Amino acid sequence: MGEQRLLEVENLSTSFTTEDGIVRAVSDVSFHVDRGEVLAVVGESGSGKSVMAMSLMRLLPKNAFVTGWASFEGRDLLSLSEAEMRKIRGRGMAMIFQDPMTALNPVFTVGNQIAEAVRVHQSVSKPLAMKRAVELLDLVGIPEPGQRVDSYPHEFSGGMRQRAVIAMAISNDPQLLIADEPTTALDVTIQAQVLEVIITVQRATGAAMLLITHDLGLVAGVADRVQVMYGGRVFESGDTRDVYYGGNNPYTRALMRSVPRLDERTSDRLSSVPGTPPSLIRLPRGCVFWPRCEFSEQVCRTTEPELIQCGTDHVSRCHFATTLPEFEYGARLGA
Amino acid sequence: MTELKGRPDTPLEVEEAPMDEAEGLVIVSRSFGRQTWDRFRRHKLAILAGVVLLIMTISFWAAPALSPYGFEEITPDFNQGPSLEHPFGTDDIGRDLLVRTFKAGQFSLLIALLVAVLTTVLGAVVGAVSGYFGGAIDSFLSQVINLFLVVPSFIVLLVVAVKWGSNPTGIAVLLALLLWTSIARVVRGVVLQYKEQEFVLAARAAGAGSLRILWRHIIPNTFGPIIVNATLLVGVAIILESTLSFLALGVRPPTPTLGNLVDAAKGDIDSDPIRVLIPGGFVVLIALCINFLGDGLRDALDPTTRRVRE
Repeated sequence: MGEQRLLEVENLSTSFTTEDGIVRAVSDVSFHVDRGEVLAVVGESGSGKSVMAMSLMRLLPKNAFVTGWASFEGRDLLSLSEAEMRKIRGRGMAMIFQDPMTALNPVFTVGNQIAEAVRVHQSVSKPLAMKRAVELLDLVGIPEPGQRVDSYPHEFSGGMRQRAVIAMAISNDPQLLIADEPTTALDVTIQAQVLEVIITVQRATGAAMLLITHDLGLVAGVADRVQVMYGGRVFESGDTRDVYYGGNNPYTRALMRSVPRLDERTSDRLSSVPGTPPSLIRLPRGCVFWPRCEFSEQVCRTTEPELIQCGTDHVSRCHFATTLPEFEYGARLGA
Repeated sequence: MTELKGRPDTPLEVEEAPMDEAEGLVIVSRSFGRQTWDRFRRHKLAILAGVVLLIMTISFWAAPALSPYGFEEITPDFNQGPSLEHPFGTDDIGRDLLVRTFKAGQFSLLIALLVAVLTTVLGAVVGAVSGYFGGAIDSFLSQVINLFLVVPSFIVLLVVAVKWGSNPTGIAVLLALLLWTSIARVVRGVVLQYKEQEFVLAARAAGAGSLRILWRHIIPNTFGPIIVNATLLVGVAIILESTLSFLALGVRPPTPTLGNLVDAAKGDIDSDPIRVLIPGGFVVLIALCINFLGDGLRDALDPTTRRVRE
């Protein structure tokens, strides 16, 4: 098993000192990613998903305070020097960003930027790096890559830009791809296409992937495991099937109910999780989800639940994780 | 998207949708230089200004070289009006004014270009360092820039110009010391804006270091604003240099500049207005052309302005 572990994180906490107080964006998060697997991290805005990823990449601003332990290919990420960390970024772990409009530099051609990413880690000549850029563009499904390498980002459509960003991310054969809401900024019509590109590329390169998203429907078919986050905490984690079918966590259930469905013939309004995500400066006492939870009881207001084992590698942060009423919704989502 | 109801069990088929290649909308990729030129070309006034400026520059160098007279040469005909022999006339000690005016244009342009180069180097370095590294360095440099802005610089210039401003290089350095803050502020602003952009974060996530990011990703984004502002500064420098020389605080005769030619002739404005109007007209014309040129460049150098469909 030890060989299989690519990334192992234990008790990762990240807080920011701001003028309004200390923001605890990530609290005590532990998880692991095995080689070649896809772990989806799901949660609403402000649940700490992105900050968690940025903590691991060590790309947070100076006012961030990160504690815990994270090991990537056996190296302690949080204690590496900046120079060693730079070697890991891009080659060990690479990121696909949310908004391809801003993730590309407007004054360079797409090919130039991919070649630049190649040359950060590999001492190859510029023509050779450009050749590699063409191959990469071809790999992510850009037609006529030989001509398109010389295009500027503004000459690309949103979907093509995101493909270029993906090409950049895989340019140094990373072991772990971190995709932070990779399809959120795109037209719905091409979201599926781009996700397919990401998965194809991930399978082709054998890289593992941390897929950060708020869209449960999106990850159903592609993730091996799912980790649901809320208020900076892991709320549920397990195999995709277990999480979708199990219904062991009220927050996961609420998220699933909010996925719009085509086969529902009701004319009801779209369901949403009631209330708003908690302020990370002033979290509620007890379970951080209780003010919005349909099952909350007295104990939830006073005691924060631990992660409770619900099955093999399946945990849920709820006092009633194993005693909640039957839930069929997730099963129908098509995991 | 009118018919989306029913058929719940049919999965949506994901087709490889054609990308931007609808008929007649094929976007042909062109080099950055080519695109810049295409956008610049649409500014008729900027093109005209550039051509006029080019003609002036060529004649500033060609005319003195071709003329039988030297710009410091004294001929026996003094205080003459325009004639075939001396198209712009001669001055009070008999120097040919055509040669002097064009030679003055040479000096004025060279001074202004030197000012542009010096301000760009100083301003860009200070602005980039200040913007990128931030914190205490930024606070300090910003205060220095502010200091230059609050000091009544023209008065300071009047005082120090007496001592150091009498030769072309001296006055260029003085003007550069006065004007560099505008470039520094522009560059600082652009760097601040770009260092927060996601592509910089993306570059860091790809493993690039600070210097690489500053050099490869941020500095290139400042070229446009720098070129535009440096161009406009050439105009400002021409006017300031002429003003100082006119006040006899700048370059002194016999070295001619457009300003000191006007100064030398101002006593004769009633009898011989042409001696004032010609060099004065050149100052205005150069400054005007440079401003039009700067406007054209501003639009042309912004890579995010609309692409041209072919």
